[in-house]
Amino acid sequence: MTRAPERSRPAPPTPSPAQAVGRPLDRVDGPAKTAGLARYTADHHVPDLAHAALVHATVARGRITGLDTADAEAVGGVLAVLTHHNAPRMTPPAPVSALDLSTLAPGTTVDYLNTDRVHWNGQPVAVVVADSPDTARQAARLVRVTYEVEPAVTDFAAAQDDAVPLRGTLLVLGEERTGDAERALATAPVVVDHRYTTPAQSHHAMEPHATVAVWNGDRLTVHEGSQDVDWARRHLARRFGVPLAGVRVLSPHVGGGFGGKAPVWAGTVLTVLAARATGRAVRMVLSREDVIRTVGGRTPTVQRVALGAQRDGTLTALLHTGVSQVGRVGGTPEPVGSQSRHLYAAPHIWIRHSTTTLDVLPTAHMRAPGEAVGTFALESAVDELAVALGMDPVELRMRNEPDRDPLDGKRFSRRDLRAAYARGAERFGWAERTPSPRSMRDGHWLVGRGVATAFHLPVRLPADVTVRLRADGTVLVRCAFHEIGVGAATAQTQVAADALGVPVEAVTVEHGDTELPVGPQAGGSGQTASVATALLEACEELKRSVLALARRSPSSPLRGRRLSELRAGRGGLYRADAPDRGETYGVILTRAGRAEIEVRTAAGTRLGRTLQQARAAAGWFRDRRRWVRAVTGAHFCEVRVDEHTGEVRVSRWLGVFDVGRVVNPKTATSQLRGGIVMGIGAALSEETLVDPRTGRTVNPGLAEYHVPVQADLPRIEVDYLDEPDPTTPLGLLGVGEVGITGVAAAVANAVHHATGVRVRDLPVTLDRLL
Amino acid sequence: MAEVELRVNGTSSRVQLDPRVSLLDALRERLRLTGTKKGCDQGACGACTVLVDGERILACLALAVQYGGREITTVEGLGRPGRLHPLQEAFIRFDGFQCGFCTSGQICSAVGMLAEHRAGVPSVVTPRLAATATPLSEAEIRERMSGNLCRCGAYDGIVDAIQHVAGVDDRAATAEPAADR
Ligand code: FES
Ligand code: FES
Repeated sequence: MTRAPERSRPAPPTPSPAQAVGRPLDRVDGPAKTAGLARYTADHHVPDLAHAALVHATVARGRITGLDTADAEAVGGVLAVLTHHNAPRMTPPAPVSALDLSTLAPGTTVDYLNTDRVHWNGQPVAVVVADSPDTARQAARLVRVTYEVEPAVTDFAAAQDDAVPLRGTLLVLGEERTGDAERALATAPVVVDHRYTTPAQSHHAMEPHATVAVWNGDRLTVHEGSQDVDWARRHLARRFGVPLAGVRVLSPHVGGGFGGKAPVWAGTVLTVLAARATGRAVRMVLSREDVIRTVGGRTPTVQRVALGAQRDGTLTALLHTGVSQVGRVGGTPEPVGSQSRHLYAAPHIWIRHSTTTLDVLPTAHMRAPGEAVGTFALESAVDELAVALGMDPVELRMRNEPDRDPLDGKRFSRRDLRAAYARGAERFGWAERTPSPRSMRDGHWLVGRGVATAFHLPVRLPADVTVRLRADGTVLVRCAFHEIGVGAATAQTQVAADALGVPVEAVTVEHGDTELPVGPQAGGSGQTASVATALLEACEELKRSVLALARRSPSSPLRGRRLSELRAGRGGLYRADAPDRGETYGVILTRAGRAEIEVRTAAGTRLGRTLQQARAAAGWFRDRRRWVRAVTGAHFCEVRVDEHTGEVRVSRWLGVFDVGRVVNPKTATSQLRGGIVMGIGAALSEETLVDPRTGRTVNPGLAEYHVPVQADLPRIEVDYLDEPDPTTPLGLLGVGEVGITGVAAAVANAVHHATGVRVRDLPVTLDRLL
Repeated sequence: MAEVELRVNGTSSRVQLDPRVSLLDALRERLRLTGTKKGCDQGACGACTVLVDGERILACLALAVQYGGREITTVEGLGRPGRLHPLQEAFIRFDGFQCGFCTSGQICSAVGMLAEHRAGVPSVVTPRLAATATPLSEAEIRERMSGNLCRCGAYDGIVDAIQHVAGVDDRAATAEPAADR
């Protein structure tokens, strides 16, 4: 294993509290992933394995009137063709309850194969099980289905008038206002007021969704690429009416998620159902098309942003309203005004979210739901205001940078967007930009530069961990968190190493398995900080237990000492006032006759878990009342637009972020970059196209849905302030989603600077520039 | 059913196959070499890239029966933990991956790409097609690696890793990629 050399340090005179956190360590799973040995769901071979394939509905709404499965059943190797006629019954999904967040697990409310109703074009209506994947797929094509078609609403653009304003709840952002934005707009000397649209987008994680299900009596083992194994487990136990304790979900490596693998979708449930029905272990690997037909993506949006300002650029009014879409059988609205509540010091603010309900596949969260597309509208509008005022767009933003939350005067836990812009402007050479559009060129390339602000609110979730310290000085951390590519295990290795004062090589982290203590979802940019919080608590408890053991021995140099007088380091505990006085964990445990010692945060019992959840929720609400905990950033973008063809090339990028403390600069940089890359895709090419007449997605593959490739991208420079947040353990906030926010606006703003053309509808394709 | 002798990573195996089976499925399902990934099964993503007689191909678009007797190398054949291929090591050092799902294809593709470049095969961004040896610039690498998608967006780390192994860029060779500041 390649390890960074800085770890083989000489024993320091005073053990420092931070040896590993903050270092750009290589990922602990690097050797396995680069050698092709990391096992993802589809890589699992189990004995007696059968394979399943889906049959999708071809109408948007209606009832199945006929199912002809004879040809499919006649194919050699087919074990079963499951439809609503013969599939075992399941318990329908539970209604959503704020008291049990796992009720949010199902991606849709459809009772798959237990109903003759069709709710979207692509809903699975049959499953073929066969002895090979090819046979299953071949037979799936032979299933003939007839429908009684009912009228369906499938055109988002046409359904705008039916949009209903959302009422705010614990889980949903509704309407928020301060002052009277519309009146302030009417009297503002300078106003910009425009409509912006963003299309549906798809996560397109490189690993298509896959499930392996093995029943053993009422015990169920599921391999599943998941961003929330606890949700998956609870949902499956309910649907199949089996004890929770007998359901195990394993997800050690996930090939990307971006939100698409947090809910439980049809493929998962139907694989488990197929295994139940046939008595075989079943694997179903969705094709790319299956994924797009059954896994919800990001909603399209229509947004209005209106800004009113004084001539000196002082904002007087900010209005941001937006319509997103949900399916009639589920889906999550996007709070597109999220960032608009916190970014600018306008005295009059009005935010409103509405949804329209369509007969389509329910939408799902995708990286930075709300802010990813909301920042496109807001940050484009701010740029338009800068143009209207004849003011530099960075200066306009800095003039309206709030000291406290503009909506209700709460404090920001930390916020130094000024420093991010200052550093970015300096590094990017912003001052060299000539302000007027079409004023910079390089041959036939029109050159433009744009900025936009990034903003995200990371969540905090409860987590349970166990930490085991062995007499040989090694440490085992166990928590059912998820490795979807963020370097989660590497970060927790670093946190544990520092907390216990052991080298990172001594730490092993197990994750992605419901047999482990329950971890947080990989979502909301909260996983690393949430697990670290629990891990730090457990390490404190562990050191206390070790000290108690040491103090029993008259010969221990730690006798009579309190933990607060000690420092962890060099594989043991040492006195802060006399760093050479202390002993290693190995010495303490061996002397006490203990092979190992383990602590667990909260409890594995139901009561313990309920208490822990209640405590976490109470803490979260208390925090929300006290301050706004957000991460921010400044994007600087340069584009080149071919003046003849309208082709847009992003030629330079710099993002400077204020994300609190960074555990691992190498992996954090990659995550921020990855967000920017996805944002450039959203800016220039990504669009899930739905035929408005039939509700059918017409580009369900990577050949027709264009994610950015190497040749589309310049080097993405990333920088961050690396200042700890004063309100969180270790000062961590979260870096997973902020990168994508603001990106599309920075591109569109740069395109306007290059060409003088303002594009308010994503993606910025060349036809919109000619 | 057809019988074919597949030579993979130096080992020969005789397998009975439905002639419709892709090389990708034969590797993954029959030989249990699951390092090679299926990202799309239609030639659009590059996750299934393997080397055949040293050239990179998309295994999902190849029929296994056509590859009897050819020398096939998958990511497992390039190196193992403890004895990694220089590109595998460089991918770790320069963080050329996140979730790791595209990584096997990226690494095999990079091995094939470097061989193509050494052999003087031009790309669309090569300035003078007739020139025998063009330097492997960042633009060349980005162009030549564009058949391998990475949704995690680890593209810069991939470029750095390749440049490092190709020995073409001192900056990439000495700079800590994450520092970036
Ligand atoms: S799986 Fe072969 S190119 Fe995508
Ligand atoms: S590392 Fe996840 S797709 Fe490339």
